[in-house]
Amino acid sequence: MSTYKNILEVRNLQTSFFTDDGEVKAVDGVSFELPKGKTLGVVGESGSGKSITALSLLQLLSKPGKIKGGEILFKGKNLLDYTEKQMREIRGNDISMIFQEPMTSLNPVYTVGYQISESLMIHQNLNKREAKLKSIEMLKLVGIPSPEKRVDQYPFELSGGMRQRVMIAMALACNPDMLIADEPTTALDVTIQAQILDLIRELQAKLDMSVIMITHDLGVVAETCDYVAVMYAGQVVEFSDVRSLFKKPKHPYTVGLLKSLPRHDIEQEKLQPIKGTVPSPKEMPVGCRFSPRCPAATDLCRGRMPGLITDEQKNEIRCWIYSEEWDGDPEVNIYGEERIAEG
Amino acid sequence: MTKFIIRRLIQTIPVLLGVTILVFSLMHLIPGDPAQIIAGESAPERQVEQIRERLGLNDPLHVQYGKFLGNIVTGDLGQSVRSSRPVADEIGTRFWVTVELAVYSTIVSVFLGLIAGIISAVRHYTVLDVVIMIVALFGLSMPNFWLGLMLIQYFSIGNWMPDWMSFMQMRASGWGDSWKQVVLPVITLGTAGAAIIARMTRSSMLEVIGQDYIRTARAKGVKERIVIYRHALKNALIPVVTVVGLEFGALLGGTVLTETIFAINGMGRLTIDAIRTRDFPVVQGTVLVISLLFVFVNLLVDISYRFLNKRIELD
Ligand SMILES: Nc1ncnc2c1ncn2[C@@H]1O[C@H](COP(=O)(O)OP(=O)(O)OP(=O)(O)O)[C@@H](O)[C@H]1O
Ligand SMILES: [Mg+2]
Repeated sequence: MSTYKNILEVRNLQTSFFTDDGEVKAVDGVSFELPKGKTLGVVGESGSGKSITALSLLQLLSKPGKIKGGEILFKGKNLLDYTEKQMREIRGNDISMIFQEPMTSLNPVYTVGYQISESLMIHQNLNKREAKLKSIEMLKLVGIPSPEKRVDQYPFELSGGMRQRVMIAMALACNPDMLIADEPTTALDVTIQAQILDLIRELQAKLDMSVIMITHDLGVVAETCDYVAVMYAGQVVEFSDVRSLFKKPKHPYTVGLLKSLPRHDIEQEKLQPIKGTVPSPKEMPVGCRFSPRCPAATDLCRGRMPGLITDEQKNEIRCWIYSEEWDGDPEVNIYGEERIAEG
Repeated sequence: MTKFIIRRLIQTIPVLLGVTILVFSLMHLIPGDPAQIIAGESAPERQVEQIRERLGLNDPLHVQYGKFLGNIVTGDLGQSVRSSRPVADEIGTRFWVTVELAVYSTIVSVFLGLIAGIISAVRHYTVLDVVIMIVALFGLSMPNFWLGLMLIQYFSIGNWMPDWMSFMQMRASGWGDSWKQVVLPVITLGTAGAAIIARMTRSSMLEVIGQDYIRTARAKGVKERIVIYRHALKNALIPVVTVVGLEFGALLGGTVLTETIFAINGMGRLTIDAIRTRDFPVVQGTVLVISLLFVFVNLLVDISYRFLNKRIELD
């Protein structure tokens, strides 16, 4: 066995889109790690680069997207050194991915059974019959009633929740070590959302998987994750274990996100959305990317990009407030009048 | 599926009736008295009356139509005014010549069109894509007859001139190098179709390749070749199939010119000759047969469309 501490370590990942209008740095120096068997949440507003990060991990970017640099260490080996053929053996076998849109993520002209069988035939050399039997088993595993019948149906015959279950069955068919779930519940009804999340959690324990859960819902993170990477404008601004993050968020952006989340454990006057909008790639601030929206921003913040600072709990924050160089109020209260993390 | 085919067959009945009504009206829509036109300006009244009698033009319209329909059902398309032979016999072998020409052209245009379209889509925005699309644009804008004449101009030296009747004979005794006789007319007829299908396939493929389910297939570790030919192509073909059906119709029309240029003795030329000589029964016969062929091809298209697109099974 090779020696690796974390099943996945991403270091300084940079992914850009080379468009006619110039380079769009969708992912700009993202680093995080994921210990085996754990769940990492990736949160951030729309456009922060969550999906592109995920697609980069499997090298599934479509043109004009390109990974410019960094390292993706999966079980200690850098996936960016792999050939396309080697990557194909990883995809769907060691690392699987499920997507946000169950309605469009299944091929409309093939049966559900065929689509699950396909990865079994590719990665496990099963023949058609064996693969179909295994597909039925997988459908049963993800809680689809009368799987013998469903296996021969086409995607349009299934509801959104069912389709997402099929996607999960497909992703887990070859027993992957890691599952990347890109907003798996965003497109679903609230009740179905809870079911799908429960299913992923249950199967994670059963199959001893590591999971990357992409979401813009901190509620989902609180329920399912062990670690969180908070992304803003293509960067990780805070990487933390879940407990610390909810107890004492450190980055003003994380604080803002938490304030905009309805909570039951404290009294909230009203939800407070973060003012302003995510900067567009063309007018990216020179300094901290959150500085134009940050209530605590100083000249230092606006002038220079902060690096990642590691705190006592080994959590990381990309914010000047926690550095030696901080030029603002040393007692700055990023939580506003009402502290949100009393509990 | 069988239920669908039966229902679709029943649906063609009104279409077929419509076609027969149109063809029937042909005789009555032309200005003047058909009998007089057939007989000629200076024919004596007695002769005109005879023709009128023979064509049944003195009966009330609905009786005429009834007879016409009855005759069609029994395969009797009337008699040629010029040759006095039954129209069905006149059409006879010529029908197969035209069908063969149309079918070969369709096969060639589908084959070329699909390959060019797929390559263009997979390599989009490369030089290859640009070249293919420019060629397709040319193919599309070249008039049929002009292309035919150009081909004759360039290839007649190499004895590539077609001789369709000898081609038919050759076919009976094996292919030999009779392909030479088919090549030019088939290129002439198939080029526009190939161009349209190539453009259609390209845009359809490009759209499909951007779909989420293609990303899903790649995320499963499916080989790129299989992603393209299995996951993308089957979806991309759905709109293309419709175009192929329409193309076949356009192609049947195109045979008129092509057959004339290449001196092929098919339905197209028969129609032209019949129109020129005012041989109405033959005109009616050829129009009827070509229309039926078109209806039949569209039926095939609908069935294959349905075969590709499982979703219509719902309605
Ligand atoms: N095809 C593309 N061409 C150019 N830029 C792109 C392209 N795809 C993505 N981007 C850029 O990458 C950024 C990050 O996109 P990404 O899809 O990762 O966001 P996300 O965090 O997943 O958002 P969401 O919550 O909406 O899914 C976008 O803001 C956009 O600027
Ligand atoms: Mg996304």
